Amino acid sequence: MSALAESKGVLRRDAVRTIERRAFLKQGLSLGALTLLTGCDVTDQDSVQTALNAVSRWNDRVQAALFTNRLVPTYPESAAVKNFRYNAYYGEDAVPKIDGATFKLGLSGLIDNRRPWTLPELYALPQASQVTRHVCVEGWSMIGKWTGVPFRTFLERIGADLTAKYVGFECADGYYSSIDMASALHPQTLLTFKISDEILAPKYGYPLKLRIPTKLGFKNPKWITAMYVTNRFPGGFWEDRGYNWFAGI
Amino acid sequence: MTSDEHGYMKVHPGVVRVTHWINVVAMAIMIGSGWRIWNSSPIFDFSFPVAITLGGDPATSQDVHNELGLAGALQWHFAGMWLLAVNGLIYFIYGIWSGHFRRSLFPVGPAAFIRDALTFRLPHRLGVYNAVQKTLYLGVLVVGVVMVLTGLAIWKPGQFQELAFLFGGFDTARLIHFLGMSAIVLFLFVHIALVVIVPKTLPAMITGRAPAHTELQETAA
Repeated sequence: MSALAESKGVLRRDAVRTIERRAFLKQGLSLGALTLLTGCDVTDQDSVQTALNAVSRWNDRVQAALFTNRLVPTYPESAAVKNFRYNAYYGEDAVPKIDGATFKLGLSGLIDNRRPWTLPELYALPQASQVTRHVCVEGWSMIGKWTGVPFRTFLERIGADLTAKYVGFECADGYYSSIDMASALHPQTLLTFKISDEILAPKYGYPLKLRIPTKLGFKNPKWITAMYVTNRFPGGFWEDRGYNWFAGI
Repeated sequence: MTSDEHGYMKVHPGVVRVTHWINVVAMAIMIGSGWRIWNSSPIFDFSFPVAITLGGDPATSQDVHNELGLAGALQWHFAGMWLLAVNGLIYFIYGIWSGHFRRSLFPVGPAAFIRDALTFRLPHRLGVYNAVQKTLYLGVLVVGVVMVLTGLAIWKPGQFQELAFLFGGFDTARLIHFLGMSAIVLFLFVHIALVVIVPKTLPAMITGRAPAHTELQETAA
């Protein structure tokens, strides 16, 4: 058979396959077919992405309206996982190593006293512990124990404008995130120093991690080096990549 | 049920037809994106083929967003939930208010189900359901409600903690959400298979009308 005839044969087989496929689509308004029709490529079209982003912003507003100061469930200490799951968008070997002796938490934005804070100064603040469930956007969850200063206490101490809209965070690994002021002031939101009663190991965010059990895991930044208060929407690492910004639970 | 001058009778009310087809779209969105979300952290040791999930091309997403298409799936899921909820609410309000549920889905009970199923007594006219159909339709409606409730429970285990508690906590609610999806997909297989076996049920769900002479005894969707 010549190459031409061969390619014609291939074409014919393809045509048959196409017809079969059409028949399949025509007969069966099947779920799979529908998923294929609406799926994959559609999401990547600008108009669809714009619409999905708009719904996500709407969902931010709905969640902000739903949000109350009620406490999330707490668990007995025995329920807390000792060896908590490591989680970041890179391997454990790439975890930032921060020198606690020279560390300073930078402050900026709508804050009266923007003097940077050293670790001993932070450790001297009143502390609280909680055993709560960390819920990941992926679907898994894990109960842990965290200890730190209630974030509201810290915001008041530094003279933050509590009527501002957002608190933003910058991290040593380039990660960044932000939360709404109402959630920042929630009584269970902690600027944490410890997990499982031990100073945060490097893989858990040493020296500072925000524990905010009213939000999904990715809104709990680790290795925090700076924070700011603002009325301009700050976004976040995953939020700018399509995750819902409010991400409340 | 009376036929009009052309020998057609009305078998499906307009609200039922419109909400049915909107629900088809909502189901495709919720199930397709739900499968992608499942893949990011499966409860059991299997994943859905990415090609039949919804949420954008994973490779593109990897390049642009540094993740395998979870963000797109979540966006679809939490947009589709509005379509599902609003459409479902209209359907339920109509079904109760108009008497559609009472007329079409009740009475039904174990006795009628066993009688119709065991004697294979599955006759029906389009739009008039036998006990097996009634049970399946009622069942899938109940599962639909459970899906919305477990969905709310795992979306907001803090704000709606009573709901999460009702379903046995976050992890159990997530499992029930998965099992509910499985039940709906199983229903869809039966539902679509019966439409293929008795194809005239399809135009009836589009136009709402069917020739009056179809009042024959047969097995159908």
